[in-house]
Amino acid sequence: MPGGYLPILIFLVLATLFPIVAILAAKLVRPAAPFVTKLEAYECGIKAASDSRGRYTVRFYIIAILFVIFDVETIFLFPWAVRYGSLQWFGVAEVVVFLAILAVGYVWAYKKGALDWV
Amino acid sequence: MSTFYTATDHFSILPAIMLALFGCSILLFDAFDAFFFGGARQRRWQLLFVVMAEIGAGVGLVKQTLYLAAGGPNGLPLDGFHGTILVNHFSIFFNWIFLVAALIVAVVSYQYLETAGEHHGEYYGLILFAQCGMYFLATGTDLITLFIGLELMALSFYVMVGFLRTEQRSNEAAMKYLLLGAFSTGFLAYGFSVLYGIAGSTKLSEIAAAVAERSPWDPVVILALVTASVGLLFKISAVPFHMWAPDAYEGAPTTVTAYLSVGSTAASMAFLLRMFMGPLVSARAAWEPLLAVVAVMTLTLGNLAAINQTNIKRLLAYSSISHAGYMLLGLVAGNDTGINGILVYLLVYTFMNLGAFIVIIALRRQNIIGEDLDDFAGLMHRSPGYAVLMLVFLLSLAGIPPTAGFLGKYYIFLALVQTGHYGLAVIGVLYAAVAIYYYFKIVRSMFMRDEEQAAPLATSTGVRLAVTVAGALTLGIGIYPEPFIRFAGAALVR
Repeated sequence: MPGGYLPILIFLVLATLFPIVAILAAKLVRPAAPFVTKLEAYECGIKAASDSRGRYTVRFYIIAILFVIFDVETIFLFPWAVRYGSLQWFGVAEVVVFLAILAVGYVWAYKKGALDWV
Repeated sequence: MSTFYTATDHFSILPAIMLALFGCSILLFDAFDAFFFGGARQRRWQLLFVVMAEIGAGVGLVKQTLYLAAGGPNGLPLDGFHGTILVNHFSIFFNWIFLVAALIVAVVSYQYLETAGEHHGEYYGLILFAQCGMYFLATGTDLITLFIGLELMALSFYVMVGFLRTEQRSNEAAMKYLLLGAFSTGFLAYGFSVLYGIAGSTKLSEIAAAVAERSPWDPVVILALVTASVGLLFKISAVPFHMWAPDAYEGAPTTVTAYLSVGSTAASMAFLLRMFMGPLVSARAAWEPLLAVVAVMTLTLGNLAAINQTNIKRLLAYSSISHAGYMLLGLVAGNDTGINGILVYLLVYTFMNLGAFIVIIALRRQNIIGEDLDDFAGLMHRSPGYAVLMLVFLLSLAGIPPTAGFLGKYYIFLALVQTGHYGLAVIGVLYAAVAIYYYFKIVRSMFMRDEEQAAPLATSTGVRLAVTVAGALTLGIGIYPEPFIRFAGAALVR
């Protein structure tokens, strides 16, 4: 039984050693010349204008939730599509029920203005 | 009909279908309110939709009861969807509790939300969706079904707790409840994954068989037990997972607090009983001391923290925590009397707790929040009817004999004595005495003090009807308990 875990142990040892060796080797080889600009965050060569932890509109949250719902809906359709041949009309009916329930939510969100931007 | 969705499958979720259909109808009805009535008239129709949904669900439950009474056409138990749903007297008992709680809450919400200025149609849809989740918590016999039921219920509640959008307290309560709830659900899901690892199946019966093969002290069983317990105990607000309850109870609209304290607790208790008396029953030696410690901590904190509260909703939150402790004691005893005691306790608790919250709802008027101990001052002089009914509910919550609350505690203590847990029984009785003190603080305020506000209570036909029904049942169960005990006893026969 423990023999089966030997590759994992070797992998763990290698994974630990690799960064240590790489960083040490780089430190030995490279020239050391620090200056201020080197320490700045590199973002497409443009200086960061402000902190990234700012406030942003709550609308993104609603859009994100709606996105997740319809994203997951699509994922649920995949297994149905794969088993379509054996499920036949039952599968179609089941998916229609599933989509109808989601459509209720979509219609409600649409009518309540969740998709309007400002 | 194919073999995938048989008539039995349909029959086993009939009440839930009713709830979901009417819930969706309310949403659509609300989305197109320009075509219909709009405003207050629209809300009345939505309330009517809830009533119709509950009638539909009630008919479904009656049909299921008759089916079980007749032994079914083939003498088979009513299980659907390849054994993931099991309808028995246990689930029907709990579903009646959910139905009554949802109906009463919906009826008293109309006036309250109108006063609070946040009367939206979705509220009624959310009540039904939460109840739909509770249905699956009481009937599910599969980890996935139970988990989805729990989430459906919890997500509806997160939204309802934060329903007073402009009030900071309500938002804060919803945020706390959501974050802590999600955290505890994570633990529960982890426990479920370990249970799945033990059994290789998500069906409770197969997990029970796999757990029974192992020792209760098997580390994997302990891991599954402890992590799943965190999620389950959180939902019934047992110490040390009670932190959310006082804040959520205080911040939520009072109608939602009533629904949360009764419906959510009952559903979670059904779930907890299903888990502990099902897959985990063979690990009893491991969980009995664990639950005994949790129950004593819950009783201690719930009762002692309630003493200093001046906000009635907070006080009742701590009292709910201590009631959860009593119910856990029934599970620690674990014999038939104990489990029957939990069911009786829940039935009784539903009516007395709903009743107490309805009185608080009646105290909420324009410009008067009506949640403070001082708001109850001199209630006897202003509206003796409500004061006397509140007295009945408080006597019952304290467990004093002519009322129903006594009955619940009686069975729990009887079970503890029968199984030789004398120490726990003594602790329970002592804390019941402590509870009398803080309940009677409210009584003293109502009867012995002069009135401070002259404004009349916010009564409507719905509120009067609901408070009368709750009061009549709280007294009725106490005076003539026999049919209710038989009702709860039937649920026990699995």
